[in-house]
Amino acid sequence: MTPNTSPQHIWKPTPPAGDNEAFTAPHTSATVAPPVKISVRNLNFHYGRFHALKDISIDIPEKRVTAFIGPSGCGKSTLLRTFNRMFEIYPEQRADGQILVDGANILDSREDIARIRARIGMVFQKPTPFPMSIYENIAFGIRLYERLQKSEMDARVEQCLARAALWDEVKDKLHQSGTSLSGGQQQRLCIARAVAIKPEVILLDEPCSALDPISTARVEELLKELVREYTVVIVTHNMQQAARASDFTAFMYLGELVEFGNTPTIFTRPSRQQTEDYITGRFG
Amino acid sequence: MHDMKAPGTAIAELNGNASTGTRARFPVDFLFRKLTGAVALLVALTLLAIMFALVDEGSHALHVFGWHFLVTTTWNPVTGQFGALVFIVGTLISSAIAMLIAIPVSFGIALFISELAPRWLRGPVSTAIELLAAVPSIIYGMWGLLVFAPWFGNIEPWINDHIGAIPGIGLLFQGPPMGIGMLTAGIVLAIMVIPFIASIMRDVFMITPAPLKESAYALGATTWEVARHVILPYTRTAVTGGIFLGLGRALGETMAVTFIIGNANNLSASLLMPGSSIASVIANEFTEATTHLYKSSLLALGLILFLITFVVLVFAKLLLLRLERDAGGKA
Amino acid sequence: MISLRTRRRAINTFNLTMAVLMTVFGVFWLVWILWTTLRYGIGAIHLSLFTQDTPPPGSSGGGLRNAFVGSLILLGLAVVIGTPIGVLAGTWLAEFAARRKLGALVRFLNDILLSAPSIVIGLFAYSIVVDPSGHFSAFSGGVALALILIPVVVRTTDEMLRLVPGALREAAIALGTPYWKLVMRITWKAAASGILTGVLLGIARISGETAPLLFTALNNQFWSTDLSHPIANLPVVIFQFAMSPYRNWQQMAWAGAFVAIVFILLLSVVSRFILRRAKS
Repeated sequence: MTPNTSPQHIWKPTPPAGDNEAFTAPHTSATVAPPVKISVRNLNFHYGRFHALKDISIDIPEKRVTAFIGPSGCGKSTLLRTFNRMFEIYPEQRADGQILVDGANILDSREDIARIRARIGMVFQKPTPFPMSIYENIAFGIRLYERLQKSEMDARVEQCLARAALWDEVKDKLHQSGTSLSGGQQQRLCIARAVAIKPEVILLDEPCSALDPISTARVEELLKELVREYTVVIVTHNMQQAARASDFTAFMYLGELVEFGNTPTIFTRPSRQQTEDYITGRFG
Repeated sequence: MHDMKAPGTAIAELNGNASTGTRARFPVDFLFRKLTGAVALLVALTLLAIMFALVDEGSHALHVFGWHFLVTTTWNPVTGQFGALVFIVGTLISSAIAMLIAIPVSFGIALFISELAPRWLRGPVSTAIELLAAVPSIIYGMWGLLVFAPWFGNIEPWINDHIGAIPGIGLLFQGPPMGIGMLTAGIVLAIMVIPFIASIMRDVFMITPAPLKESAYALGATTWEVARHVILPYTRTAVTGGIFLGLGRALGETMAVTFIIGNANNLSASLLMPGSSIASVIANEFTEATTHLYKSSLLALGLILFLITFVVLVFAKLLLLRLERDAGGKA
Repeated sequence: MISLRTRRRAINTFNLTMAVLMTVFGVFWLVWILWTTLRYGIGAIHLSLFTQDTPPPGSSGGGLRNAFVGSLILLGLAVVIGTPIGVLAGTWLAEFAARRKLGALVRFLNDILLSAPSIVIGLFAYSIVVDPSGHFSAFSGGVALALILIPVVVRTTDEMLRLVPGALREAAIALGTPYWKLVMRITWKAAASGILTGVLLGIARISGETAPLLFTALNNQFWSTDLSHPIANLPVVIFQFAMSPYRNWQQMAWAGAFVAIVFILLLSVVSRFILRRAKS
């Protein structure tokens, strides 16, 4: 049951079947497997003594939406948070194994953590606008990496807000507090903020769980836009969302990766009994 | 922290508001409610009573000197001339020095405890800071006079030579190296208020939501940038409240200051020179005040101190309440 | 030009180092103060400290017996006056006024009183007790200390009672228990250790208070337990002895400070312990 450590058992996304149009996301129509962006090898994770991730190996394809699903506590958020080494700000958490981004292991990398995080952006469960204006929310991240003139900065802020489909709604109140926006707008602001520092990967940790259905739909549409340029990894407890918005789906249970494949296959012909039980709602 | 929605209060309200029915069924209940209410009101009215008492006792001096009392620097028990300005200025300056030192130090301590310290060190450092708050002010004063001032007196010549030589601000640092004086009082006051400000800052830094901090880390921000641009703005009101609470404490502190401020009843430009604060002059002279006018002047000083600290404390509490309310609303 | 990244990292390192240094700075004072009190205090502790009264100026020998006893009397007075008032007022806040505007106002004013300068409290006690009666007295000192103790007790009682689960109250009311009985038999009992902690913390706070005693209890060189006369007490004795030019008086002040600090730190530690146990 435990995925083997031998390389033959690394979960590769199975080539899309392409015969079930109902589940086919726009980018899965190609029959060749896309290149790998993040490659996880034998990853183990501990919260103090608790063994939260057990020997995970998985390849995340580039410029696709990959969803992690599973019952709460299965480790899907934990896995996501290893990709930008977010766990490191908590002293009692540690990860062993390899996470290769474009072939380089970020876990034992001597590279500046800030650079890693600049390449791998993250959006959280609850919208987290910083306690500053809408404009400053975007400019804050940019200023960490670039020195821009006022006019250049204005252009960048507009561009990022436009990319997050938020510009039209906020262009007249850029200097109001970010917290004055609605929940859905706040979440898109956070996406714009993540996009602003030109990442290669965007991690989303249940980004819609605090949003209403209409805002959720807008965020999902946004994902389809973003995936043209970025590799997107989304954790969700909402199976419909995974089915709608992702190209590939990984099912996790009790800290283990049970199954990984292209989304239509996972949702129509899962190869594991546990996966089938979960997606048909028999547990979880 | 107050929890405004404690369970059970609704029932309490229900029971309390149904007073007519309650009175008929349980007369003791009615009495109990009235008794506790009366006592609570008594406690709340204490502040008002303090003000009335001080106005009443100080009225003679205020009557004799009028508003000149506030702006006169003469304090001469022999001739019966009393003015509060020296002490008001002394109180404000010693507190200002204290805050200048205490604010950055407290911020550093709170940042260390909430963001930097390994888990095993958090508890001990927090406890040490809280114990510092428990040490009575008389011990600070005594230590200040017998240990710190002699040591500081050895440093003052250096201050004289180096900072005192700078044109402009140098004026503040000239004078005989006695160890005691306005600067020493300010430093000891700072040590006293640091634990208060630091623990409030630590508490509010700790309640900054983790996802908010993580969002900034996720952008690649450094710990300092997260503290400066996310944690501090998020907790701004409460931090200001904590600072003012500390200020209220510094303004009214008596014993630590009385020991080391030098007790000179005149103003001098140099911070190394002795001075006096409202609290120190009251502590020093009250039992020696033989004439009615003398005593009344001291009580009028007490009234001024009470009013200043009252305003500062009300401001501080209002800011802290705002955070509590916001936190309650978000939860 | 230095790269932005280097600059940011340098600023970060510098400021975080400063934060660590500030913490060291803060803890350094605590260690210094405790160390001096310990060093000078322990050396000056003799049995005679507890068996003899304060010596007159210039003479050798003597102890602090009258000051210790006087302080205990003053603390006792303050607790006897302050605890019932504080508990009743706190009970009203938690049980009857939790959501009323008047309750919020009383709570607010109590918090202000909690932080009011103790010397002002002393002046107030002077004007309501000493001035009308015409003489300094142990009683007026007890009143002054009680005025400082009360807001501490009010606040902890209020907080602790509000932590008592509502289900407990509901269960009692369902049995038809009158409210006063419910409060006295159940909620006070459930919150007892918390309220006790409040009183202990209050005692820790007032046992070092000096300023309010300067013109209420005053001081007394001799043994006295008469509440209507000035009474010797540890803080004022420490104040006078530390300020004096006599070496043996200063030593005695250190001994007194040592005893006071041990008493206060013990109280704080014990009350924390009780509170932690009560909360778990």
